[in-house]
Amino acid sequence: MNLVFRLAWRNLWRHPRRTWLTTGAMVFSNTLLVFMIALQFGMYDLMIDNTLQAFTGHLQIQAPGYKDDQKMRQTVADIVPLAESLRAELTTASIAARGTAFALVSSEERSYGIAVFGVEPEFESNVSTIPGLISKGRFLGASDAAEIIIGAALARNLRVDLGDELTLLGSGRDGSFAAAVVNIVGIFDSGVADFDRSMTEIPLGLFQDVFYMNGSGHHVVFDAGGIDGVAELQSRVGSLLPPGQDLVVHDWDALQPGLKQAIKADMSSAFFMYGILVILVAFSVLNTQLMSVLERTHEFGIVMSLGLTPGRLGRLVLLETAIMGALGLILGAILGGVITFWLGIRGFAYPGMEELAAKFNLPARFFPQVSAMTLLIGPAVVFLFTLLAAVYPALRLHRLHPVEAMRAV
Amino acid sequence: MHRLEILFRLAWRNLWRNHRRTLIMLMAVVLGTWAMIFMTALMRGMVTDVVKDGISALPGHVQVHHPDYRDDPSVANLIAVSDADLSARFNAAGFVKWATRVRVPAVITSEYDSRGVTLLGVDPEYERDLTFVDYDSVSGRFLESADDSGIVIGKKLAETLNTKVGKRIVLMSQDPDNDIADRGFRVVGMFEANIKAFEENYVFAGKTTVQKMLRIGDQVSELVVLGGDYRDVEAEYNKTVELIDGSGEVKRWFELDPYLGSMLGVMDGFVLVWIIVIFLALSFGLVNTLVMAVFERVREIGLMLALGMRPINILGQIVVESSLLLAIGLAIGTGLSWASVQPIKDGIDISIVGDGLDMWGMSSVLYPELLLSDVILANVVVLVLGFLASLSPAWRAANYEPIEAITKV
Repeated sequence: MNLVFRLAWRNLWRHPRRTWLTTGAMVFSNTLLVFMIALQFGMYDLMIDNTLQAFTGHLQIQAPGYKDDQKMRQTVADIVPLAESLRAELTTASIAARGTAFALVSSEERSYGIAVFGVEPEFESNVSTIPGLISKGRFLGASDAAEIIIGAALARNLRVDLGDELTLLGSGRDGSFAAAVVNIVGIFDSGVADFDRSMTEIPLGLFQDVFYMNGSGHHVVFDAGGIDGVAELQSRVGSLLPPGQDLVVHDWDALQPGLKQAIKADMSSAFFMYGILVILVAFSVLNTQLMSVLERTHEFGIVMSLGLTPGRLGRLVLLETAIMGALGLILGAILGGVITFWLGIRGFAYPGMEELAAKFNLPARFFPQVSAMTLLIGPAVVFLFTLLAAVYPALRLHRLHPVEAMRAV
Repeated sequence: MHRLEILFRLAWRNLWRNHRRTLIMLMAVVLGTWAMIFMTALMRGMVTDVVKDGISALPGHVQVHHPDYRDDPSVANLIAVSDADLSARFNAAGFVKWATRVRVPAVITSEYDSRGVTLLGVDPEYERDLTFVDYDSVSGRFLESADDSGIVIGKKLAETLNTKVGKRIVLMSQDPDNDIADRGFRVVGMFEANIKAFEENYVFAGKTTVQKMLRIGDQVSELVVLGGDYRDVEAEYNKTVELIDGSGEVKRWFELDPYLGSMLGVMDGFVLVWIIVIFLALSFGLVNTLVMAVFERVREIGLMLALGMRPINILGQIVVESSLLLAIGLAIGTGLSWASVQPIKDGIDISIVGDGLDMWGMSSVLYPELLLSDVILANVVVLVLGFLASLSPAWRAANYEPIEAITKV
């Protein structure tokens, strides 16, 4: 074995330029793959976290059908005690109840139709980033106080500021007329004007009064910390639902069906590109190995006539390829790792990406993270295809006749 | 001239001396070219789709608003010039596809539920080519005139509100003095849109009816002009600026929606990056092939030099050989990509990831877009860079010392 390895090693360096060029192709695509995959998967995680933790949460309990219809009457009864008991059972504070309604929000000068959410002031900050985005004033206080928080863009449009009054006009759960006057206690600024303009929050107690909810609400929101534990949590929550009431637990994929599919669509186009890159490298290897086999016809003829089987020669060619592939894998993973690591500190940005990123709740500058998975998966696939590419040259050896081969120049 | 012919003939024959190697390299070039052009066509198709849908939602390539309207889309910010005056100016100027609209936020209420929407007061006669609604596929009917008293809403919204054609709904908004302006409408039609969010967000009513409801006389919120090609709207823009004459803010679509605007620029950059990456992956194999070709022919190159062939001709011969290889590969690859676009020219259904594409603002049918400019870009980049890459091995060949080269085994 040692001898075969030494032979393979020496054969590789008969043409150092050729070997380095072939290895270079591997290093190039491995470096690119390591970086791209780290960037891509890091981006997906951020996209999921930012989108879910902003407001939606990882899980929600809702009435059946509410997810699609979002009708006022599809409620979860006695929602505050339900959230309370779930927090006790699951020993976590990251559960909060909410209600949703649409209302015409009017200031002295302006009116906007907008979503009004009733939230539990003491728990909302555990399931949403909005309380943390308050740039002026404070978050909601008591559960039945006549208070509201609104987005910065909406405040500008309504021409209001902290302490001003807003009137809410809408319809209650039973379709009757609902109205309230509330005080602006906080203004949040997410940096995205459309988001800021899309919603307001009032305390859940007040919400239930104003919209005749009779103690009910529309969602119990869970933050599972990350997407890994969601499935387990979902089944536990499912078993804890109060008997007798018809309720469903939706996970984030059901709540934001666009998210997973957006990732899937992006992934499939990315994998197409990676695939092309890998195949091009495989062609390069095939070419090199076929040449190196053909130019050694004479020498192979001699060793075969001395009794070496084509199978062993084939293994020699595969070993040469494997050494070359390993070299490409190690160098590519190191180079890719270093570049990714460096960009992980410095941040990666692409001109014009800012607007695109904002659309998917991503920051303009991105910090890719190196992990064993992102470091090795791309190069491993390249290695595999490299070996596959050498199969044809190795098999060709079986067609070699020692005598004819020896005569070849 | 004669010398050039000999150069070509030599290069051509040399190319086919080792046909296996040439064929493998050719396959790599073909695959690379195909991937460059085909992938670019798909991505272009995607972007065009996003931009077109985006423009149809905005809609209009050039738009005129009150200077404050974009940050504060309320009834208080109307174009200073009256609708009649605008119409007179634009009709006289010979614009074909243009319209004026009232566009304000409103709350729509049925007997079951209420929602925030954007109310568009339109003149159906002018709107036909501008809106994303296809008049003929509206269930019920679209508006018939500017003083139609009916309302057309999206199918999704109708489901949420539990209403249908023939039922009544109430719209609430504000007048310029911030008094509540409301009016009952009969739903006369329901539209479907490529992008589901449009069905929830937009409702159409007659322009004159809306003006009466909002008590705004003969004023409108926006004027939109549609040009021929969305990529070039300068002519329409300049003419509109002239006609508006400072009494409103004139903007092009890519200024109105920076997401869409940056999309085109990012895509152009991305296409170039993609082409170069593929080329680099190819270049290792290309240089390798040439290095091998030169290496095999050291003796004959020495002989040619010894017989008096000038080094520049040796260099030319190698460079022509590589250019021929690339040219053949590019021709076949380009042809192949054209052929593979043909069967999917009428769109590929990618609705499995439909919701995700919705997030991007895309519909779920993808139309590949093969642009001549991209084809030329790919071909030119490969030829030019390929020429540069082949200079190094060619240079080496041209600088052999004849005696040394001839005696080399």
